[in-house]
Amino acid sequence: MVQGKGHKFISYFLVTVVAAFVILPFVWMVASAFKSQRELFAYPPTFLPTVWKWQNFTEAASRGSISFVHMFLNSMKIAIPTTVFNIIFSSMAGYAFARLRFKFRDTIFMLFIASMMVPYAITLIPRFLMFRTLGFYDTYVPLILPAMFGTAFSIFLTRQFFMTLPKELEEAAIVDGCSHFRIWWQIFLPLTKPIIATLAVFQFQGAYNDFLGPVIYIASDSKFTVQMGLNSFRNSFTSRYDLIMAGSILALIPVVILFIVCQKYIVRGIVMGGVKG
Amino acid sequence: MNNTSTVKHGLTLRQKEAATGVAFIALPLLSLLVFMYYPIIRSFFISLYEWNLLQKPTFNGVNNYKTLFADKVFLTSLWNTCRWVITYVPMSVVTSFLLALLLDQKLKGAGFFRTLYYLPVVAPIVVVALLWVWIYNTDYGILNFILEKLFHIKPIGWLTDARFSLFAIAVMSVWKWAGYNMLIFLAALQGIDDSIYEAAELDGVTPWTKLFYIKIPLVMPSIYFVMLTAVIDAFQMFTEIFIMTKGGPGYSTYTVSYYLWSCAFEYSKMGYACAMAAVMFVIILVVTLIQNKVMDRRVQYDM
Repeated sequence: MVQGKGHKFISYFLVTVVAAFVILPFVWMVASAFKSQRELFAYPPTFLPTVWKWQNFTEAASRGSISFVHMFLNSMKIAIPTTVFNIIFSSMAGYAFARLRFKFRDTIFMLFIASMMVPYAITLIPRFLMFRTLGFYDTYVPLILPAMFGTAFSIFLTRQFFMTLPKELEEAAIVDGCSHFRIWWQIFLPLTKPIIATLAVFQFQGAYNDFLGPVIYIASDSKFTVQMGLNSFRNSFTSRYDLIMAGSILALIPVVILFIVCQKYIVRGIVMGGVKG
Repeated sequence: MNNTSTVKHGLTLRQKEAATGVAFIALPLLSLLVFMYYPIIRSFFISLYEWNLLQKPTFNGVNNYKTLFADKVFLTSLWNTCRWVITYVPMSVVTSFLLALLLDQKLKGAGFFRTLYYLPVVAPIVVVALLWVWIYNTDYGILNFILEKLFHIKPIGWLTDARFSLFAIAVMSVWKWAGYNMLIFLAALQGIDDSIYEAAELDGVTPWTKLFYIKIPLVMPSIYFVMLTAVIDAFQMFTEIFIMTKGGPGYSTYTVSYYLWSCAFEYSKMGYACAMAAVMFVIILVVTLIQNKVMDRRVQYDM
């Protein structure tokens, strides 16, 4: 094998070039967000703003139909309950599928697995009609409820993990008359922290980034989520790319922070999800 | 738990276990039935009706399906999905695989670059779409400026010219998702047993042979997985289209999902939209089955 210095050098060069391609659009976003309107449309364009206009951010945060803080809180009202309950219910179900014996267990588990292949479009309209009939249009219920009691992917992942744990773990506890609820809560759940962190990040991100759901179910401005608010902001300030980019950065900051803090869990989640295919 | 000594005690334990099991899955199962399986069935029924939400639904038989297959916009959406698969899938798979090969070497700082490449994946799709709308802007976009400066190319209407719109969105999607697919390929590459490489090195194979006869065949299942996911996502693409082009110019970026949304929520044609969903469901199912078949054969062949 030729593993010379030249080979390594080329690799580093390529890795850096790719990094530049990845990062430049973001840099352009930040640069545009700080420019004055006149500089934004100047020809030839300047790369970095000559004057850094911080007011763009305060304007972007306040000039929409609802303030950015308000939108962010709305998004949290959806993302937090979805994430917390989803994890609790999914992990309980995962425990049952991995460890408890009951009738039709494997058939029911197959029902969950099969549901992962169903395109969302087919459930979209009946779900909408159902929630509309029940009077939940323009509320967060349709955005929280369907994912709240566990989702196939989360159940699948926790089950797979529980299956790898040794049987001896709960045997002694069962002999001592410990209930399965306590075994799950006190023995299994603490061991699954990495999986739970992974699921939490994914679920939270999914809820925060969701656009189609709010577009279909939310009508009042005061209930807009961040993604929806950003879109409506863009519709009211069509060519104010300075403000649109500033708003985009505000929307981006929470997920970037989450990503940096929980990076290793995200990587693990993809590897687990990808391997199943 | 294989003690059959105390039958009575064992039975109650067994019953307790079963009861707990049912209790643990009760709500998730109920939720699955109410929000997944019931809607699937109901969707097929609605597809047999004409229903605009204002009047009572009227039975329509298979007319929605007949109209659908004569509907130019729907057929264009399907054709656009094919165009998308032909442009996006190769670009995406090749890019991500090359990135994975790059990072699979023992480079210093590989972790840092992996994180960096993953950044577009976590960014909300609305944010990414808005950013690229700005980059692609015909008159003031940075892309056209760079192209003009470097190659003297006249400004291109990336999102306003039907010849480029779908391609432009595909390029953005490669940028957004390359990091995700790269991680899947990277996991597969790192799962290859070192002994295979050692044996190959003893035989003195060239790096190219190693790539084409070891790495690519062994990563093939992941490549199929990524391709299958991309095909399925192609039917379901919505937010990018909604933000960037609204299906336009003309119908050049209509996807099945976008047309379905438009029929249901702009024109209140519920039955028609459900018929479209049913067709999409069947197509995706067939794609999945074919892909599974191909994959099974490949995997066995490789073993």
